[in-house]
Amino acid sequence: MARHATAVETPPRMAPGPPQAGWALAARRMRRVAERREMAIFLVAIALFLYFWTSTTAFASYFNFVTLAQFLAPIAVIGAAEAVVITAGEIDLSSGTAFIFFPFVVYFLWANAGVPLGLAIVISLVCAAGFGLINGLLTTLLALPSFVTTLGTLFALDGVMLITSNGVQETMSFGGTGGSVLGGYSWSEILWALACVAVIYYLLHQSRFGSHVVAAGGNLLGAAEAGVAVRRVKIWCFVMTSVVAAFIGIIDAARITTLDPGNDGTVEMFYAIAAAVIGGTALTGGRGTIVGAAVGAVVLGILYDGLYIKGVSAYYFQLVLGVAILGAMVANVQLRRAAVRRWRSIRR
Amino acid sequence: MSMTESVGAAPAPPAPSDAILQVEHVSKSFGPVLALRDVNLYLRRGEVLGLVGDNGAGKSTLCKIICGFHRPDSGTIRLEGKEIHLRSVQDARRHGIDTVYQDLALVPQLPIYSNLFLGREATLGGPLRLLARSRMRKVAEDYLQAIKVSVPSVNADVETLSGGQRQAVAVARATRSQVKVLLLDEPLAAMGARESALIIDLIKDLAAKGQSMIVVDHNYTHLFQLCDRLAILQEGVITFDRLVADTSLQELTEYMVNEYRRQVDTGRGERADGAGSH
Repeated sequence: MARHATAVETPPRMAPGPPQAGWALAARRMRRVAERREMAIFLVAIALFLYFWTSTTAFASYFNFVTLAQFLAPIAVIGAAEAVVITAGEIDLSSGTAFIFFPFVVYFLWANAGVPLGLAIVISLVCAAGFGLINGLLTTLLALPSFVTTLGTLFALDGVMLITSNGVQETMSFGGTGGSVLGGYSWSEILWALACVAVIYYLLHQSRFGSHVVAAGGNLLGAAEAGVAVRRVKIWCFVMTSVVAAFIGIIDAARITTLDPGNDGTVEMFYAIAAAVIGGTALTGGRGTIVGAAVGAVVLGILYDGLYIKGVSAYYFQLVLGVAILGAMVANVQLRRAAVRRWRSIRR
Repeated sequence: MSMTESVGAAPAPPAPSDAILQVEHVSKSFGPVLALRDVNLYLRRGEVLGLVGDNGAGKSTLCKIICGFHRPDSGTIRLEGKEIHLRSVQDARRHGIDTVYQDLALVPQLPIYSNLFLGREATLGGPLRLLARSRMRKVAEDYLQAIKVSVPSVNADVETLSGGQRQAVAVARATRSQVKVLLLDEPLAAMGARESALIIDLIKDLAAKGQSMIVVDHNYTHLFQLCDRLAILQEGVITFDRLVADTSLQELTEYMVNEYRRQVDTGRGERADGAGSH
């Protein structure tokens, strides 16, 4: 609160200096923007948007934008969370399964056990946190690669879902204002997604925790030597990912109103990881961008939706997706190299 | 084993009254490997102590015990006469012991100012503990200027810096807040002549300001320029501890060469691996 107050009291910016200084500053800002890691994917997103906008009539319509927003919302949220985990030098393959499973927990509690909806959601999210904690503890304490840990917990959680649901689809319609807020209203899922992505953005890029995530992924031993609690940081990354995936899963379920235990969530997980990686998050750890992950999700959404509208066979989608990922990665690596070269050249 | 003891694993001279740090009877093993054996060492206030030894002699282990990264199996550490039990690096920092590691412990992907504050970030508070970036930038700029370290910008990622600049950033991080004891683990390793000169100047400036330091290196010609006193660590034992004024480069060279010959004679030369010829 106090911080907001000071922000308001800050006097307006001074009048711009002489035109030359203004130009130099603008040029410097432009260059800094051009060097940002998410720039490549941002340009790809704009290009794709313009392509589908001009080549089809149905793409730029209100209803299609609703469809697009609903499709990309969970990918953006889980992708942003994966960007954090990957930046910490780990990966969470079980996020998609958490996305599918924890709405079931809400259903069991609310529809079967009569627990109030709000409480059911809270309990479900606490369970998701526990699941993330298991991922984190197995990875850090037993020194297992998270690829293996989360692959195991992915199957285990899917198994629990199949056992408890007997493999039967359920209908979960919340109704009322609560239902609209959660997912009933056309735009509610993307609004929740934007809120989640914004929080994750501040977490990774503006917080102390985020600095430690980058440190753990960038130089694990060095970060530990410098006094960063690297294990705790990684554990929190897994907890955050599970909770966020569960949350957007509940929102998604509230919109669709159908819970399908036949879906193990791996498709959602791979889209999310793809969004993070084509957005500029390095699989080697130490570098991640939340804006990039969100724009990556937009790109995947536009591709999926645009190709569908154009009547392209769904088979082509996989091929185009693969090529797009490769193209964006190449662009990213090249841009980054150029940026590093420039920093080296201006060293005093 | 008895060979090393005969050279002089004698009890360390009683620590003087102005000792800021005392290491007493410290031992440490990693599995079957005995890294440190009953090590006694002291550091006087404002003194620069050079710690010399071959690769694998236990220098880094001793450093990491003093800075709280490892815990000793036995023995005690006293700071200003009081026994301290260090549970972590953070704990050691709270006591005023900070370290520049051999690997520098910098994060290449973070800007210089973030590295200077790594683990001790200034925050605006709130549930997310957002970083007070402009405050950190300002402090970083001022401090680097004060210790005459020149970098392109505190916003530059550490990966864009030269080896010497990285070392300087690592030293700056350790000394930024008032430290009682500063440990420098091979600050001149893998550095060219010009960059070495930069770091040597930086260390000398700190020494002139009265900073108590332990400098670890296996190049003792460097240490003669920097230190008030030298101690040699061999196979986990302190075998030599003398004021620089009371010894000479020649004496030390002869001592090390004799040690090397002795090891070759007893069939252990392969372990020395040429490191004694520095």
